[in-house]
Amino acid sequence: MSAVKKNYTRPVDFKHGHVDMSHGSGGRAMAQLIDELFLRAFDNHWLRQMNDNAVFPVSSGRMVVATDSHVVSPLFFPGGDIGCLSVHGTVNDVAMSGARPLYLCASFILEEGYPLADLRRIVQSMARAAQEAGVAVITGDTKVVERGKGDGVFITTTGVGRLPAGIDISGDRAEPGDMILVSGTLGDHGVAIMSLRENLSFTTNIESDTASLHGLVADMMAVVPEIHCLRDPTRGGLASALNELAHQSGVGIQLRESDLPIRNEVKGACEILGLDPLYVANEGKLVAICPPQRAEYLLDVMRAHPLGKDAAIIGEVREDPHGFVEMATAFGGNRIVDWLSGEQLPRIC
Amino acid sequence: MCLAIPAKIIDIDGVMATADVGGVQKAISLALVDNIAVNDYVIVHVGYALNRLDPDEAELTLQLFRQVARESGLPWPGDAA
Amino acid sequence: MKYIDEFRDGKLAQVIADAVALAADPGRSYKLMEFCGGHTHAIHRYGVQDLLPDNVQMVHGPGCPVCVLPMSRIDNAIALVRDADVILCTYGDMLRVPGSGNSSLLKAKAQGADVRMVYSSIDALNIARDNPDRQVVFFAIGFETTTPPTAVVIQQAESLGLANFSVFCNHVLTPSAIQNILQSSDVRELGRVRIDGFIGPAHVSTVIGSRPYEYFACEYQRPVVIAGFEPLDVMQSILMLIRQLNEGRAEVENEFSRAVSREGNRKAQALVAEIFELRRCFEWRGLGSVPYSGLRIKKKYAGYDAETRFNLPSLPWADNKACECGAVLRGVTKPRDCKLFGTVCTPETPVGPCMVSTEGACAAYFTYGRYRDVRRIA
Repeated sequence: MSAVKKNYTRPVDFKHGHVDMSHGSGGRAMAQLIDELFLRAFDNHWLRQMNDNAVFPVSSGRMVVATDSHVVSPLFFPGGDIGCLSVHGTVNDVAMSGARPLYLCASFILEEGYPLADLRRIVQSMARAAQEAGVAVITGDTKVVERGKGDGVFITTTGVGRLPAGIDISGDRAEPGDMILVSGTLGDHGVAIMSLRENLSFTTNIESDTASLHGLVADMMAVVPEIHCLRDPTRGGLASALNELAHQSGVGIQLRESDLPIRNEVKGACEILGLDPLYVANEGKLVAICPPQRAEYLLDVMRAHPLGKDAAIIGEVREDPHGFVEMATAFGGNRIVDWLSGEQLPRIC
Repeated sequence: MCLAIPAKIIDIDGVMATADVGGVQKAISLALVDNIAVNDYVIVHVGYALNRLDPDEAELTLQLFRQVARESGLPWPGDAA
Repeated sequence: MKYIDEFRDGKLAQVIADAVALAADPGRSYKLMEFCGGHTHAIHRYGVQDLLPDNVQMVHGPGCPVCVLPMSRIDNAIALVRDADVILCTYGDMLRVPGSGNSSLLKAKAQGADVRMVYSSIDALNIARDNPDRQVVFFAIGFETTTPPTAVVIQQAESLGLANFSVFCNHVLTPSAIQNILQSSDVRELGRVRIDGFIGPAHVSTVIGSRPYEYFACEYQRPVVIAGFEPLDVMQSILMLIRQLNEGRAEVENEFSRAVSREGNRKAQALVAEIFELRRCFEWRGLGSVPYSGLRIKKKYAGYDAETRFNLPSLPWADNKACECGAVLRGVTKPRDCKLFGTVCTPETPVGPCMVSTEGACAAYFTYGRYRDVRRIA
């Protein structure tokens, strides 16, 4: 009979175990989960200190902070999961200021009963995404809610970055005459998610485009520091992002439908469901607005980066006190691309 | 209630079939149509094929557009200038 | 996408637009009604009106089944799911339509009612099979395009002996609506609405064929051109209507010949005739009571009729007094002339169904067209 080692603690059962209320209660079970799951995955000196906070040095200049909650359902989808999505989303929010993302904080709200095997997959995916993005997850929090009160896992990430001097990128800086560029194909993420929704299921090769864009942004800024605006069009799609920018800057926007990069499969899925690709979510694309004389150069730089290979110039900014976003349709008429009304439900009619 | 779209039948299994639009595939029912074969195009509405799309008639319709230009003495895009 | 992209070609659009401008007699005006809500949507989305000369005007018709459903029927559906604790399966379009007291199926769902959006009647049937101890009701709406899919599942439910499944039937008929418009005092006597010709619905016609329209062309001396769903189809059909009017003809022509025949889909028609029969009259929002315009489930299949099973009452209803949906549906009023348009009534906070349904004239106008007027005035 083998003797049990002194100080032996049964490890967390990641194969068959489930989240239970004790994982959020602040006691031993929670400490063990944090140690064996989060610390092991993110592993850095901040987390190893095991404080409720993280201290980091600040150089002079400006810092950027951004936060995002992630409640995507389903939690796993073609091309990604809620874990890497929560890293990419916040890294991108920070990057849209022109800043270099440095640190992330991660809060988890876990639902009682959620399988630990899946939780580990999510956390490992987060760790991979953070490592690829060159950011460290330096502090976090864990809470557990009763069964039925959550959707498996909710993740909130807050990102901190450093903004180099001389950069002034903001949604209110678009000027009439500026050109508008997009970094790649539109609607991939939304369609990938929809394909898994019950009662809408269709088969497709489309994967979510979720990705961290700060590398692309850095390349863009290095060559065209005069970029006026950057925005990542997530929920509500390109249309919502452009309406926001037009509104913030007090200008109008004229798009050309034939210049929009959209994959045939995304077009097909939108036809079947009666959706407009302009309003479908993206998670790895950005919109850039820059002075007209720099647009072609910026386009070349974007296309040279793997995340910008399908980049295109899609329209221009103009004077318009009403702040309308309009689009010249491939058909020949002009139409308004309005704010999204409510939630875009699949149309049958 | 009119949203119906032309889709290509790529597989048939009894009364159900797989329809393809631009590379996206969906399961639909053939309960309302007869004599559909793989590679036929059908009009799909709320998960059912309503009718077979006649490729000859489709071509005729496109030719009709061309005829319109001729009759009106207008240049047809694609005609030699 | 084959059979879609070719019919949206912008260069062809200009050619046909030029032909329309040539054909239209500058000495007269042409008022053409597009009956089908899908055509209303296409016209706005592609800016077809921009390509037409000023003397060719589109009048939007009541071919939007979401728009014409009386509020009392929504109230019935909401009551079913709240009080009778059924699983209510509905097409997405119905979720936001306002019922009485600012209710809606979406709001009921938010408050805990089991409302489920489905893409197809088959999904509703499957939900019934997966939940044998719950009552499942399928909220069936639509014109003749959507009726056969409902007939299929009623027949299947019967062959499966699916005791927990029933259908709340609100299917309506196109020719009756067209007749009602042509008979209405607005058109006949008061001359408030002039309709010179009709663009016939695309997909309804794949089912019923082109034959039913021959009566209108003959009796009311109005040309009808059945148009495909894409914008080039619509433009071509407008050209064909103008030519008929110039030549004094009143015939039925079929532009959508790739999917519509004179006889239509006989198999689907036979199935519908097996399951459904005509109601003597049916209430339409905006048109009032229209005789022989609605379908109900035959007694033979009464076991699957939700109205019988749940004893659904005929509820009284009154539209918001300022809401002009009725007049908009008849083509009497333009959306922008409704006092509530764009302020109280928006797609976010709809008062009437013409704003909720993406096919409704008000929604189409709000989303695509409202700024056009601002541009002209400014």
